[in-house]
Amino acid sequence: MEIGERDPVTGQVTTGHEWNGIKELYTPVPRIVFFFLATTILFAVCYWVLMPAWPLGKTYTKGLLGIDQKTSVDRLVKDATLERSAWTQKIDQMDFAAIQADPSMMKIVEETGHTLFGDNCAACHGTKATGGPGFPNLTAGIRLWGGDPKTILETLRVGINSTHPDTRTSQMLAFGRDGVIDSKQLADVVAYVRSLGGTTDGLDADPQSIAAGQDVFKQNCIACHGDDAKGKRDVGAPDLTDNNWIYGGDLQSVTTTVYGGRQGYMPHWEQRLSATQRKILALYVLSLRKVPQ
Amino acid sequence: MLAQLTSGERQLSIVVLILMAMVGLAMAAAGRGDPIGVHGFIVVVASVAMIFVMLSGLYAPEPSAERLDHYYDDPSKVGVILTMIWAMVGMFFGVWVASLLAWPDLTFDAAWASFGRLRPVHTSGVIFGFGGNALIATSFHVLQRTSRARLPDQFSPWFVLLGYNLFCVLAATGYFMGVTQSKEYAEPEWYADIWLVIVWVVYFAIYIRTLARRKEPHIYVANWYYMAFILVVAILHIVNNLAVPVSFGHAKSYSAFSGVQDAMTQWWYGHNAVAFFLTSGFLGMMYYYLPKRAGRPIYSYRLSIISFWGITFMYMWAGSHHLHYTALPEWVQTLGMTFSLVLLVPSWASAGNALATLNGAWHKVRDDATLRFMMAAAVFYGLTTFEGSFMAIRPVNALSHYTDWTVGHVHAGALGWVALITFGSIYCLVPALWKRERMYSAKLIEVHFWLAISGTVIYVFAMWNSGILQGLMWRTYNENGTLTYSFIESMVAMHPYYIARAFGGLLFLLGAITGSYNILMTIRGHSQAALQPSDDAPQRNLAPVAQPAE
Repeated sequence: MEIGERDPVTGQVTTGHEWNGIKELYTPVPRIVFFFLATTILFAVCYWVLMPAWPLGKTYTKGLLGIDQKTSVDRLVKDATLERSAWTQKIDQMDFAAIQADPSMMKIVEETGHTLFGDNCAACHGTKATGGPGFPNLTAGIRLWGGDPKTILETLRVGINSTHPDTRTSQMLAFGRDGVIDSKQLADVVAYVRSLGGTTDGLDADPQSIAAGQDVFKQNCIACHGDDAKGKRDVGAPDLTDNNWIYGGDLQSVTTTVYGGRQGYMPHWEQRLSATQRKILALYVLSLRKVPQ
Repeated sequence: MLAQLTSGERQLSIVVLILMAMVGLAMAAAGRGDPIGVHGFIVVVASVAMIFVMLSGLYAPEPSAERLDHYYDDPSKVGVILTMIWAMVGMFFGVWVASLLAWPDLTFDAAWASFGRLRPVHTSGVIFGFGGNALIATSFHVLQRTSRARLPDQFSPWFVLLGYNLFCVLAATGYFMGVTQSKEYAEPEWYADIWLVIVWVVYFAIYIRTLARRKEPHIYVANWYYMAFILVVAILHIVNNLAVPVSFGHAKSYSAFSGVQDAMTQWWYGHNAVAFFLTSGFLGMMYYYLPKRAGRPIYSYRLSIISFWGITFMYMWAGSHHLHYTALPEWVQTLGMTFSLVLLVPSWASAGNALATLNGAWHKVRDDATLRFMMAAAVFYGLTTFEGSFMAIRPVNALSHYTDWTVGHVHAGALGWVALITFGSIYCLVPALWKRERMYSAKLIEVHFWLAISGTVIYVFAMWNSGILQGLMWRTYNENGTLTYSFIESMVAMHPYYIARAFGGLLFLLGAITGSYNILMTIRGHSQAALQPSDDAPQRNLAPVAQPAE
């Protein structure tokens, strides 16, 4: 090594080389660097001895602790399931009324149901379960297929118009587009349907049109929505006399619905959620209702 | 600039451009109705435009032999300008996607404007567009000065610079059209990848040829790092992008790897892209511009050696820490984690070597924002490498993985280290290239410094908070043993941090715009006392010194 000049600031000599004015000092590597290098390497070697570390052809060094991430996670899942089984078994065994009557069980339902709902249902029904265009408001007590816990549980299991073999199926025809009714009949029946909820906003309050619409309704709609327009649970046809609208109750929305028909979709949850989870969700959804049954 | 090329180099350029235009035409013809066809047109248009430029100067007089008495800096000049353009483009898209996360409606109702397509435009724009051009421009400058040798010819630097930018354009336009290999930071498809290999081999050849003709007995540290960057990025790029195209007329290809091997190859690539593109190359930059600006010798040559070989050897093993707690066998995770920990030592040795170099020049750090950029970069380099090793520990990773903590970590490195060292270096480089006494405005450098620092700090703190909050919310159980929070609740909790992040990014972008204006005004400014140090010239007369590199 050539002897360079001495740097006045640090007192170190340079290596004697210069590149475009840049020089380098020959300062020894600080001891702390070697110390930490030794420490980290020592840690690494210990870790290799204890844990799975080096490949050996078709196998690898298993480590003295015998830890393996697959068995670790299996054990953790098993332990957690066991811990939860104290109350999951109760959920499975007790009937709906018994759980609903037990405040401590309902506390579990609400805490667990809240997260289950957020992760699985909120994407469509909203974080507050109030629904949105195309998705029913679950807090309003609408009962498309029936509002008892068993029916809700079944809906969760098979879904609506889903790929499940037992799916609930519901289809509103495209009365306008398919030419079942003409455009005047369409306007009339829309006026009539909107008048049922009692919220006619003046635009379509023409009594003659409403009266004509009633006739159209009788000929085309009562098969599913019923004589009283209160809907039919077995075909999932909604009650038209309350003021809840899945697809919107304004003139444009109702016209679009009658013109083009509707076919709502809800996925089935049998494969994604366990029976216990679905039962919790059914109870949770019921507990959200703001209106009395 | 054309007048500098010899007539042979001009003819060679035209031949190469005609070949490129023909390949582009073939792509356009074979790829009708496919994005590769659009890319064919882009190649044709770019090549033909360049052919016209070359033809305009084809019959200019031969350059005088005097040019050989000066370093060849024209490609570096264009490279600096391209660096700043890509900085503004890439960072603009960064602010856009950050805002999109805070306000999801802030986009157009079109496929090209969806988050999934805009994000790679941001990442490739800043990493490859901004970072890559900065590396090419500075490496040509540093290589010549520290070797006392001119670049070996005047064609290949242009081929590398412009060819590389063509790759960047193909990458960005491809993302808008939905072209992607679905490999992070390696999204461009097979034809763009092949083109980059060609460009990269020429880049490496420039380095080897110049070093072979060097007039200094030893190879300076900066060049070790630049060489490691070029060589390893070539290896990473080729291996990770091995794929079989559906046909020569389709952009789509299928990777040679699948399943867990594909994931491991991808993150071996991904982490070493961080190591050799975003660390090694920029350390090369730091090792030249920082001591130059500080006017101080490197603190320790011996520390440089330990750092260089430590970083080069250790990084290669660390990629698997991106796949903790996945289907990757646990022994691979162990190796990734332990090597990541050892890696901290050479990383900190590099940062320490840079900071200790400033001993005796701290008054300059206080007064000179350019040097302060580089000092802050070294500090962020130290912080980020510590954080990186920390996050590579499996139980820590269990909390940090898939959260914004990772995003914050990356940006502490990308903004705090890569961008700050680049801006500091460019503020040294621009006056040197354009023969100006100094930058147009020292005040604007100061403004840029504080915009960049505050932007980085806001960004990183927002993501630390958001990331740790996310990680904790995802693992909090109630007393019944079920999760307390739904995923969507963690999304809602992140919202304020996402606004802060977008604001931090905006400050950083404003800084880059300020810097671009300052550079533009420096270039346009009248030659203030045309500064040209007498020693800023290659040595022609000495015989090459054939000594081993040390």
